[in-house]
Amino acid sequence: MTDAVLSVEGLRTHFLTKAGVIKAVDDVSFGIARGEVLGLVGESGSGKSVTGYSIMGLVDAPGRIVAGRIVYRGEDITALEPEAMRRLRGNRIAMIFQDPMMTLNPVLTIETQMVEAILAHERVPYAAAVARARACLAQVGIASPDARLAAYPHQFSGGMRQRVAIAIALLNVPDVIIADEPTTALDVTIQGQILFEMQKLTRETGAALIWITHDLSVIAGLADRVCVMYAGRIVEQGTTADVLGAPRHPYTRGLLDSVPGQAQEQRRLRNIPGMTPSLLDIGPGCAFRVRCAYATEICAQTPQMTPIGSADHTLRCFYPLAVAGA
Amino acid sequence: MASAAAETPFRRIASDFADSRIAVFGLALLGLIVLMAIAAPLISPQNPYDLAQLDVLDGRLPPGSVSADGATFWLGTDDQGRDMLSAIFYGLRISLSVGVASTVLALALGLGLGLAAAYFGGKVEMLIMRIADIQLSFPAILIALILLAVLGQGMSKIIAALVAVQWAYYARTVRSAALVEKRREYVEAARCLALTPARIVFRHILPNCLPPLIVVATVQVAAAIALEATLSFLGLGLPITEPSLGLLIANGYQYLLSGKYWISFFPGIALLLTIFSINLVADQLRDVINPRLQR
Amino acid sequence: MLVYVIRRSLQALLVMFVMSILVFVGVYAIGNPIDILINPLADQIEREHAIAALGLDQPLWTQYGKFLAGAMHGDLGRSFVHSTPALGLILQRMPATLELALVAMLIAILLGIPLGLWAGLKPRSIAGRSIMAGSILGFSLPTFWVGLMLIMVFSVMLGWLPSNGRGPTQEVLGVPVSFLSLEGWRHLILPAINLALFKLALLIRLTRSGTREALLQDYVKFARAKGLTNARVIGVHVLRNILIPIVTIIGLEFGSVIAFAIVTESVFAWPGMGKLLIDSINLLDRPVIVAYLLITVFMFIVINLLVDLLYSTLDPRVRLADSKG
Repeated sequence: MTDAVLSVEGLRTHFLTKAGVIKAVDDVSFGIARGEVLGLVGESGSGKSVTGYSIMGLVDAPGRIVAGRIVYRGEDITALEPEAMRRLRGNRIAMIFQDPMMTLNPVLTIETQMVEAILAHERVPYAAAVARARACLAQVGIASPDARLAAYPHQFSGGMRQRVAIAIALLNVPDVIIADEPTTALDVTIQGQILFEMQKLTRETGAALIWITHDLSVIAGLADRVCVMYAGRIVEQGTTADVLGAPRHPYTRGLLDSVPGQAQEQRRLRNIPGMTPSLLDIGPGCAFRVRCAYATEICAQTPQMTPIGSADHTLRCFYPLAVAGA
Repeated sequence: MASAAAETPFRRIASDFADSRIAVFGLALLGLIVLMAIAAPLISPQNPYDLAQLDVLDGRLPPGSVSADGATFWLGTDDQGRDMLSAIFYGLRISLSVGVASTVLALALGLGLGLAAAYFGGKVEMLIMRIADIQLSFPAILIALILLAVLGQGMSKIIAALVAVQWAYYARTVRSAALVEKRREYVEAARCLALTPARIVFRHILPNCLPPLIVVATVQVAAAIALEATLSFLGLGLPITEPSLGLLIANGYQYLLSGKYWISFFPGIALLLTIFSINLVADQLRDVINPRLQR
Repeated sequence: MLVYVIRRSLQALLVMFVMSILVFVGVYAIGNPIDILINPLADQIEREHAIAALGLDQPLWTQYGKFLAGAMHGDLGRSFVHSTPALGLILQRMPATLELALVAMLIAILLGIPLGLWAGLKPRSIAGRSIMAGSILGFSLPTFWVGLMLIMVFSVMLGWLPSNGRGPTQEVLGVPVSFLSLEGWRHLILPAINLALFKLALLIRLTRSGTREALLQDYVKFARAKGLTNARVIGVHVLRNILIPIVTIIGLEFGSVIAFAIVTESVFAWPGMGKLLIDSINLLDRPVIVAYLLITVFMFIVINLLVDLLYSTLDPRVRLADSKG
């Protein structure tokens, strides 16, 4: 992708534990352009959150990025000095976490937590920072922002807190926003509202949005492009229409089949047999082969990402599915 | 995977414990001290409580001095002419036995009361826990002082005082652990099968209370030894006929200002090493049994 | 809030009452002080006079009743040894103990929290590990023995500091304090360090484990994700969270420090309440023992109450218990 604002190339993030090496992220590559929404889909343990942390430089020990590049504005940020990375975080690349009750500090006011995010990157007078915070709260649809600023996190509902978290992410008008399952902890109705807000905001500000989730239905309505992750690798990548409309990877197909939909009325839900593999000391070969109906001995070799169909659609599989209806 | 299934909790704890060299060192030191205490009569150059063996003229000699009949006082002598090294061995014996005995008794008492509280619930639980809470909000030393002032001196009385001070820790630990277990489904199942309460408690609830209890007990042995030493130092603990390390230190107090440090110094080192090694072991044990912080 | 305070105060009163019975009965079961106070060669009539004068010939319940009546008026009996009101004796010695306890607590806090923070931030560094090993050593050291060793080193061998007693005092708001003079400090420093040691070790461990737990929390990750400097993440986000439980524990431990002062006062001959208690136990001066215990119980209850109130003001989740906006 040539006009990518952020491009991840061959990222590998491993956790070196006493029990062995956990390859949480194993050869992940994708790019995202301005104003684009990219969905990063996978089950728990697929490595999607760790990918997000890797981009932010927030991988905790015993994990580290062992290979690959993350290119932002032409610079490989994995090679940055800690202080330089800190200046990017929350400023040019921002992150929203899953559970805002845990991510907002319970003993500090909202005002403190918002203003410090501004003052950490810019020298502005305190009053100016407060004004900007107020504006961002209004932007995410929070009424009476002054009362909200003086309050503490526990005084808000879940949806409200997440809006605050989003507002914090927007404070410094970042180029890239990484949202790690931001609506998973919320009621379905609130979910819808938040999704709508996020979509609107990215269009307004032109920020690139990486949306990490396990929920395909969210992606279907929101994302421009999708990456499906399994066991630390991307197995299928392409536009939403391609990947969700005509999936070529058995895993993606399995995921779609297990979502209850109108076409499946009165029929048993299908699920993918078997369980997700442990990422501990995972060997070579396709990680999905144990559960795949089409696997053969060839699948004991590690498949690479290869284009299929349109140029934009890539797949990591030796046996791509036939296009439905063909 | 088969070998992992065969690893008993004990093995896991033991291997995790051995991860810390300091803790293993502590365990070795403790083992050495316990051996010395048990073998005291065998390894002491002199029996410090056999008055026939003492010669007051040998009193207050510095470490390394030689007695009239050629024996070396490696750590000096006290005012009665007792060899400090021997006195320390015997003192270790007493300190350790009082500490361990009181801990075991307190454990038994606390365990019983804690389990009763958890199992019967209601008023019984409230009463027991109230008393435990009130007692725990007062410093141990104060409670022990008053009890001893009332009961007087003697080995059994000091053990009673130590037990009274400690039982509440165990009761509280056991009761919390037991409450957690009680809510688990297998207890419901056992009740449905009409197993006797005793069986439910002993076979099911009790084993799950043991890990935190072991941690508390280990720490408490050290605390009991320290408390007994403090009380003996203050003159309220064991009588002169059964001198623990605390009393030995107290004996040396008056000679401190004239520079005869060894009478207090060496027993103190022995006491310190004992408590220290127990705490080293207890610390690692706690980290190992509670894997919460292992990230 | 007011209801809460009233309810707690009533509870406190009940505890005091029960304690007074327990204490009184327990203490008065000790030996027979007559044998200590009266010359053994005195004849029977003198003994009987003395016994009657001290009210010891009355049944236990009568003695308690009289005691209770007196207590309502602030009279907790007269010392058998000094023949002055027991309460007065204790109050006279209280400033010395409080001064010692406060200075000790201050030392423990000023050293303990920073060291614990450091050990929590860098647990595997040499400094972190030494601090932890040091803290285990700190609470393994028997307080009384350390006191003796401090005297040995600083008074006997080096001759820098006095080995016992309290320095000259000045009155501040009617309370005699000794920390305003250098000579006062020379007397105060050794016993204060001795008393502080145990709490210092405790605070280091507490702060360290609090820090380690706090660092695992999501709000730390989020703070970092906002691009805050490490100094701010630790100094504001982590510290504010761990200080709440630590402050409450410090408050609760203060009572324990006052009790432990008994030992330090004995070793350093510091003229406080603790030394008075030991002397009274040895002399079977019952009224003083009873008065000491009751005053101590009272202090503990007050401290507990204050700490509870403090906690509810510090933690915004408790303070603002109204719900969602």
